[in-house]
Parts: sequence; structure tokens; C-alpha cells
Amino acid sequence: MSTIVSLPDQSTATLPKVSYLNKEYGLKSWLLTGDHKRIAILYLISITFFFFIGGAMAGLIRLELLTPASDLMAADTYNKVFTMHGIIMVFLFLVPSVPATIGNFLIPIMVGAKDLAFPKINLLSWYLYIAGGILLMTALISGGVDTGWTFTTPLSTHYLNTHVITAGLAVFVAGFSSIFTGLNFIVTIHRMRAPGMTWFRLPLFVWSHYAASILMVLGTPVLAITLVLVILERTIGIGVFDPAKGGDPLLFQHLFWFYSHPAVYIMILPGMGVISEVISTFSRKRVFGYTAVAFSSVAIAVFGFFVWAHHMFIMGVSNYSALVFSLLTMLVAVPSAIKIFNWAATLYKGSITFETPMLYAFGFMGLFTIGGLTGVFLGSLGMDIHLTETYFIVAHFHFVMVGGMLMAYLSGVHFWWPKMTGRMYPEGLSKLAAVTTFIGFILTFFPQFILGYLGMPRRYAAYPPEFQVLNVFSTAGASVLGVGYLLPLLYLTWSLKYGAIAGANPWQATGLEWQIQSPPLTENFVETPIVTHEAYDYEWLAHKTEHDEVETVG
Amino acid sequence: MHFISPVLWQFLIKWLTNFAIFPPEASRIAPDVDAFYFYLIGISVVGLVIVGLLVGVFSVRYRKERNPEATQIEGSTLLEATWTIIPLALFMVSFVWGALLYFRIYNPPTNAMNVYVVGKQWMWKVEHPGGQHEINSLHVPINRPVQLTMISQDVFHSFSIPAFRVKREVIPGRYSTVWFEATAPGTYHLFCTQYCGTLHSQMIGQVVAMTPDDYQAWISGSTSGTSLAQNGERLFAALGCNSCHNGTPNAHGPSLANVIGSQVQLANGTYTTATDAFVRDSILNPTLHQVAGYAPIMPTYQGQVSEEGLISLVEYIRRLDSNYRIDQTLNVSETGAGSDAAPASGTSTSTASGMVKQ
Ligand code: HEC
Ligand code: HEM
Ligand SMILES: [Cu+2]
Ligand SMILES: [Cu+2]
Repeated sequence: MSTIVSLPDQSTATLPKVSYLNKEYGLKSWLLTGDHKRIAILYLISITFFFFIGGAMAGLIRLELLTPASDLMAADTYNKVFTMHGIIMVFLFLVPSVPATIGNFLIPIMVGAKDLAFPKINLLSWYLYIAGGILLMTALISGGVDTGWTFTTPLSTHYLNTHVITAGLAVFVAGFSSIFTGLNFIVTIHRMRAPGMTWFRLPLFVWSHYAASILMVLGTPVLAITLVLVILERTIGIGVFDPAKGGDPLLFQHLFWFYSHPAVYIMILPGMGVISEVISTFSRKRVFGYTAVAFSSVAIAVFGFFVWAHHMFIMGVSNYSALVFSLLTMLVAVPSAIKIFNWAATLYKGSITFETPMLYAFGFMGLFTIGGLTGVFLGSLGMDIHLTETYFIVAHFHFVMVGGMLMAYLSGVHFWWPKMTGRMYPEGLSKLAAVTTFIGFILTFFPQFILGYLGMPRRYAAYPPEFQVLNVFSTAGASVLGVGYLLPLLYLTWSLKYGAIAGANPWQATGLEWQIQSPPLTENFVETPIVTHEAYDYEWLAHKTEHDEVETVG
Repeated sequence: MHFISPVLWQFLIKWLTNFAIFPPEASRIAPDVDAFYFYLIGISVVGLVIVGLLVGVFSVRYRKERNPEATQIEGSTLLEATWTIIPLALFMVSFVWGALLYFRIYNPPTNAMNVYVVGKQWMWKVEHPGGQHEINSLHVPINRPVQLTMISQDVFHSFSIPAFRVKREVIPGRYSTVWFEATAPGTYHLFCTQYCGTLHSQMIGQVVAMTPDDYQAWISGSTSGTSLAQNGERLFAALGCNSCHNGTPNAHGPSLANVIGSQVQLANGTYTTATDAFVRDSILNPTLHQVAGYAPIMPTYQGQVSEEGLISLVEYIRRLDSNYRIDQTLNVSETGAGSDAAPASGTSTSTASGMVKQ
């Protein structure tokens, strides 16, 4: 069996007259929309906004760390800046990044539905997100908060007089937006698949979102409860976490990580979904071992709930629980390894091209491999003692979250940009951005592994002078990285008006979303599609393009 | 170096001499941790190279120009089993190796000398059994196991000595311990690694590892005159503990001689080993572990004794092997006469440190 690629002629493609973008006009038609695609765009704009605020904070952090002394800002200010950076990036950018934008846009189309199961809840979810964002900005403007994104008690409950409650509420509210998104996805995937779209014909993107949604729905309420307890402890002193009142300060750690470990998979699984789609499309091959990749997402989600105490190995958990949690952490690393190898094997005997999404996907594979393997360092009990709470941790999670998820997100945004907007991004410039990001990333975060092994603690505004050289590399890298992120913002905006017209299926991809016009109609499909083929069936696509043209309306 | 400006040159030199890429190995465990680290780096490099090679070779070999037609492949159970089992096996080796190290680092040998550490925003207070106090520094002898018993007075802190590869969270209201055996004399970094508020990055200090002779000299040079146990004895009298815990047959409270390390029967019938933490709990929250055979009459001392005071009491009770001195003290204070034999008598209240002033 073999498949020949023949990309469609871009020069003859035209923009459809009617699409979800021009069906209705005016601000109101956007703010009150029930259309999952418009909500996705609302999310896209808002998370981009918060990403750049969080990014500015990162810039300040790196600038402060250019020199050993705490000289650019006061220690308190520094603490507020890294706290705000963490909260914004985790709760307002990474958690919603792929699911709420790309996922929102594509899940219904990929399963062959007209919209998500609960369009109004979907809109509500965006409003909650915005409410959370506004609350957080209120906390920021009225003086900031300096708990760290982890809200550690008793520091957060008894020892700080900053805006902990406002920030806690912000995360609480934003949490519900992700619960609603997860709920919507689960119901949609269960109930609204088109005829013939069996579970094992779903694109892997859908599988990984399904797994992530389970984590969102089951994990986030625990975070919400924990934050409520922190707020109650602060306001009326209920004492659940206060040793002086017989409470247990470690309980907070357990509750917080019970959510926040699964949350790291909320942040990576959707990205893994993107990578599956992109690698398959640009090598014109079915994903190697579809079932293994699908089930590894579910395995990650299930195991992900039972490893939280690996964040507490030095906090005096009992030896036996340390053993169990370390063992489970090793097990959870295996499905990630499987995925990486399956993606690599997908390339085998493919017919590979290297468009921007593919470059980002390659970046993802390299960086996520490093991130995942250093996770094994941290999951090994004796090693974790030396590495925890140092820059090694910082490097580890930036490799997985920024090197992994952010690369996947950018890959996805470029990949589906033609579908969302009907226009192409400029290829040359975007390749430059992808390479810049990769180089900037390595330069920024690789030295931090070395710093971590040297023992440099995280969250330090000042550090001993022998750590300076590596910190200077890191700051230099951050400026490169900054350029890498600004470029897409500029050229993607530019392409909205000047980009080449994309046509329905510029990549010759197999997903249902590529069989409809770009940008899609509000109702996605003119008539309910009937699915007769597997995901990534390039044979089917080749036949289809021989026989009929893609239907467009108007 | 004429082609580089001397100023720049000086600057570079200074910069590079300050450039570290590997921490000193200054404890018994450090080389073992490093060996494990190299194993982990080894498997990571191999993994990364394999992934890199696969992606690189396939990208060249199967790029569209060379391979215009993709060949569809379903998958291969055998291959997939291979790349499930090999990483799993390597990770299992890490698990076992890591666990063995962990138990070594966190289970002190029985002959370790004990030093107490109290963390507070934003300093480390170190109490040696001999009564030496230090702030933000810790002097230890080399070639001798040292155990730290640590507690926080406020928020979470974390006590980290990178050169020794040890670290442990310092928790409010609960003792935690860590141990190490320094091997190379020198001065090393001591960091607080758990974010603890404004001056977290100033909660640093130094660990000075010394040869046994230097250490002896330091110990005798910096004594405060009162050992921890002596201070504890004074507190014991000043707080009135001795009125109940004097070992006499009709005492209101149990005898405390040799209690640490022994099995204590609780009122609910179970047995528990009395540890430092148990003693601390008994003082602050007596009803938490109700000892069998006694009425719950012991008052709580919550808020009356500082963490350092509690440490003194614990250290005193740890060394208490008979009730002789307690009786002495009692008799002495009852008769009101001073005695050289019992240092705890007389002006005990005014000299005991560790009571919270009210
Ligand atoms: C009013 C009498 C009284 C006073 C004063 C008193 N205790 Fe106690 N203590 C008791 C009794 C009775 C018990 C056993 C019942 C229980 O566990 O509460 C006890 C138990 C203990 C235990 C646990 C002993 C074991 O065998 O496991 C310790 C340790 C202890 N006390 C230390 C102290 C110290 C230190 C002080 C002074 C700061 C003190 N007590 C003051 C009456 C007293
Ligand atoms: C692939 C397998 C992975 C393993 C085995 C792993 C392991 C670990 C371990 C053991 C820790 C705790 C270290 C410590 O606190 O001492 C940790 C921290 C962390 N990991 Fe991972 N990890 C993996 C993947 C990920 C992914 C995919 C993400 C996110 C996308 C992630 C994000 C984080 C974060 C944010 C922290 C630090 C949290 C904090 O302390 O602020 N990890 N990881
Ligand atoms: Cu985790
Ligand atoms: Cu600290």
C-alpha cells in the first residue's frame, strides 16, 4: 500500500463566501455566540493576551537574575513577579492553551458534530476564564501576591499580607472554566460522534483530549476545594492546615498535588494529540501503532492520579509511600516513552515534508524527551533529594511545559491556522520563528539543569556569584526566545489580511476537518458526514480527491 | 593579551574563575549520588540519541524528494513491546538504585551525633548539644556521622547542603531529620530551598566541615557555658515538670528516665515508641498520646516554651537515665537552700533560656 502526495494548487483556491467568521457581524455576535469555533477564537485572543503578560514577567525574572545581587527590584517585588508569572502561565495559559482553543475548534468537527454538546456552557466557560483573569489582574494591580503558584501553607495563610484571597479566587473561578470544557468534551465525544465514527476511528487528537478531560473533571474540583480551605483559613482561621490548631500543614501539600500532578498531564496530553496529527500529516502516514498511542493517553491519565506524592519526597512522607509513589512515577514515564517511539516510527517509510508545524513537532520531540527523562531523575528517590527545589526542577518542567506543550501549541496553531482563518501563514518567516524558539529554548533552560545540580535553589532573587555565568546564558537565551514568540504574533496577525488563500485542505490531511471548507460554516457540515474509513487513511483521501471535489457553499 | 582590552580581560578572568559546573563532593554519600546521576545521564543520552537518530535518519531517507510515495504500515507489536520493555527495565533500575540511596540518606546510623536546627523567617539557628549556638552557620567534624533534628518556628523551610547532596524539608510543628558524614574540610553553601517569603534568598549560610582537632578547638572556643541538657534541666524545674515527673511511687506523672526510645503503652492499649517528636507532642498537646495508667492532668505548655526551649527539654529527657537529680532538685527547691550539686536549683528561672516571655 502506498500513497502519493499531490498538494492542491493554492493559486486557484478561493475564500468561501459564507463562513463562521462572516455569518454574523458585530461585537455582540461574538460575545453571545454559542458557536464552538467563535468561542475558540475568543479563547485564542485571551490566552495570547495573558501569555504575553506572563512572558513579560518572565523577562523581568531573567533580567533580575543577570547579576547575583538582587538589584533590579526588591526581593518582595521579585517574589510577586515569579508568582504572577507562574499563576498566569499555568492557569491562564497552559491549562486552556490547546484544549480551549484548538480543541474547542476541532473536537466537534473531528467527531463529525455541529457543535459541542453544551454550547451555552462552553460560552460560560469562557466567561469564567475571563472572570478569573480579571480577578488575577485585580490582584496584580492592587499590589500583587507572593505565595508562589503553589500557594504553600502556612505561608499563604498566616504570613503574607498580599492579595492571596483575590488570587486564590481567580484560580478557583478559572478552574471551573476548565471543568466545563472537560465536561463538554467528554459528553461530545461519547454522544455526538457521526455515524460510522467508532472509538477506534477517532483521530488521536480526540483521544488525548478525552484523557485530558477526565483529568480536568476529576482533578480540578480538588484544587477548588483546597483553595477554598486556604481562603477560609486566612479569613476565619478554620485551622485545617494550621499545626497550632491541630491541623496538618502537609495535608495542603497532598491536596494541592493531588490536583497539580494530574494538571501537568492536563497541560501535556492535548499537546501530544497535536503532535500525532502533525507527524502523520507531514509524513503522509498512519500513526504507527494507533491503539498503543491511544491507550497510552488513557494510561497516563489513570496513573497520573497516583503519583502526586513524588512532589513530597523530602517532606517526610513515610518510606513505604515514598517507594510506592516512586515506582508509580516510573510507570507513568513509560507511556510517554512509547509515544515518542511511535511518532519516530511513523516517519519510517513516510513521504516527509518539513513545513512549520512539522518543525515545531520535531522541537517538541527533542525537548519533551529531555523533559520526560529528567522526570525520571526526579522520580528516583535518592536523586530527588539533591535535585528537588532547585533549578533542576525549573528546567525539568519548562522542558515539558514550554518545550513540550508550548511547542505543540504553536505547531497546532500553525497547522490549523489555514482552517481557522482560511489563510496561510508566511512559510519562510514561520520556519525562522520555529528554529529561533528551539535555539532560544535550549540556551535558556539547558544551563538550568547544571545550575540545579550545583544546588542553586529556585525562587531566589539573589544567588552566589559562581552561578552567574550559567545565569547569563539563560538570560541571553530568554531574549532569543522572546523574539521567537513575538514573530508569530506579528506574522499571524499580518496573514489575517495578506496571507495566501488556503483552500479546504492545503496539507492533504485526512481529518474530517480538512474535508470541509476553510474557514468552516457555522454548522460545520452541510449534512451529517458518514464515516467509512479509519483515521489517517491516506488511501481513502487519494481516492476521494480523484473522484469528487470538496463541497463549498455559496 | 594585547588584542583584548585589559579591563575586559580582567572581567573575563574574574567571571570564569567564578564559573562552576559541578558541585564539590564533600560527604560520604556524594560520590554515590553522583554515580547514580551519571547512570541517569547515561540512559538519557542514549535515549535522546536514539530518538534523534530515528528522526534524523528517517527525515533524510524518507523526505518527499527521495520517497514520493509513503508506504502505509499499521504498527508492529514486537517493536512496540521492545520499546515498552527496555525503557521500563531501565526505569526500574533507577527506581531500585534511587530507593537504596534514599534509605541511606534518610536513615541515620545509630552512632550519629545530634545537632538541632530551628528554621525561622529568615535565618537558621543551630543548637549544639554542648550549648554552642550558631546562626546561619553549622560547624561539623569530618568523618563522623552528624544527624540534624530540625523544626520550623513558622513556615516551611528546607535545609539544603548541595556539597553533601542532602536536603530535607523543615516543617512547622514537626521534627524532621537528615544526616551526613562530611569527608573534606572546607566551607560549603547552606541554602533554604523551600520558598518562605520575602527574604527566602537570604536564608543562606555556610557549613564548615573541620578536622576533628579543629572541631574540638571550635567546640571549646564557642561554648556558652550551659549545655542544652543543663538548660533543659533548668526549664524542667522552672516549668514545674518535676512536681509530677519525679519518679517517686506516688508521682502524678510517669517517670521520664530512659523514656526516649522505649515502648510506651497508651491509654487505648496500643504501644508506641517514644521519640523526640513524641516528647514534644506530650509537652504541647498532652492529650494527643495519653499514657496508660495516668489521669489526663498534665497541662499544655503551648505558647510557653519556644522551639529552642523544647529542644533543650527533649535533650534533657533524652539524657535522663535516673530520677536522682530530679529528686535532688525537688528537695533543694522545697527547702529553699542553694546547692552546688544541683545546677538546676536556685536562680533556675532567670538563667533558663527558652521560656516564652508573657
Ligand atoms: C500536673 C502534672 C504534670 C506536669 C506539671 C507535667 N506533666 Fe508530663 N505528664 C503528666 C501525666 C499525668 C502524664 C501521663 C498522661 C499523659 O500522657 O497525659 C504525663 C506525660 C508526660 C510525658 C509522656 C511520658 C511517657 O511516659 O510517655 C512526657 C514526655 C511529659 N509528660 C513531659 C513533661 C514535661 C517536659 C513537663 C514540663 C514542661 C511536664 N510533663 C509537666 C503530668 C504532668
Ligand atoms: C514524563 C514523565 C514525567 C515524570 C516522570 C515527571 C516527574 C516529576 C517529578 C518526580 C517531579 C517532582 C520533583 C520534585 O518536586 O522534587 C516533577 C515536577 C514537575 N513536573 Fe514532572 N514529570 C513528568 C512529566 C511532566 C510533564 C508532562 C509536565 C507538564 C507538562 C511536568 C511538569 C512538572 C512540574 C510543573 C513540576 C514542578 C512543580 C513545582 O514544584 O512547582 N512533568 N516531575
Ligand atoms: Cu508530578
Ligand atoms: Cu526559604
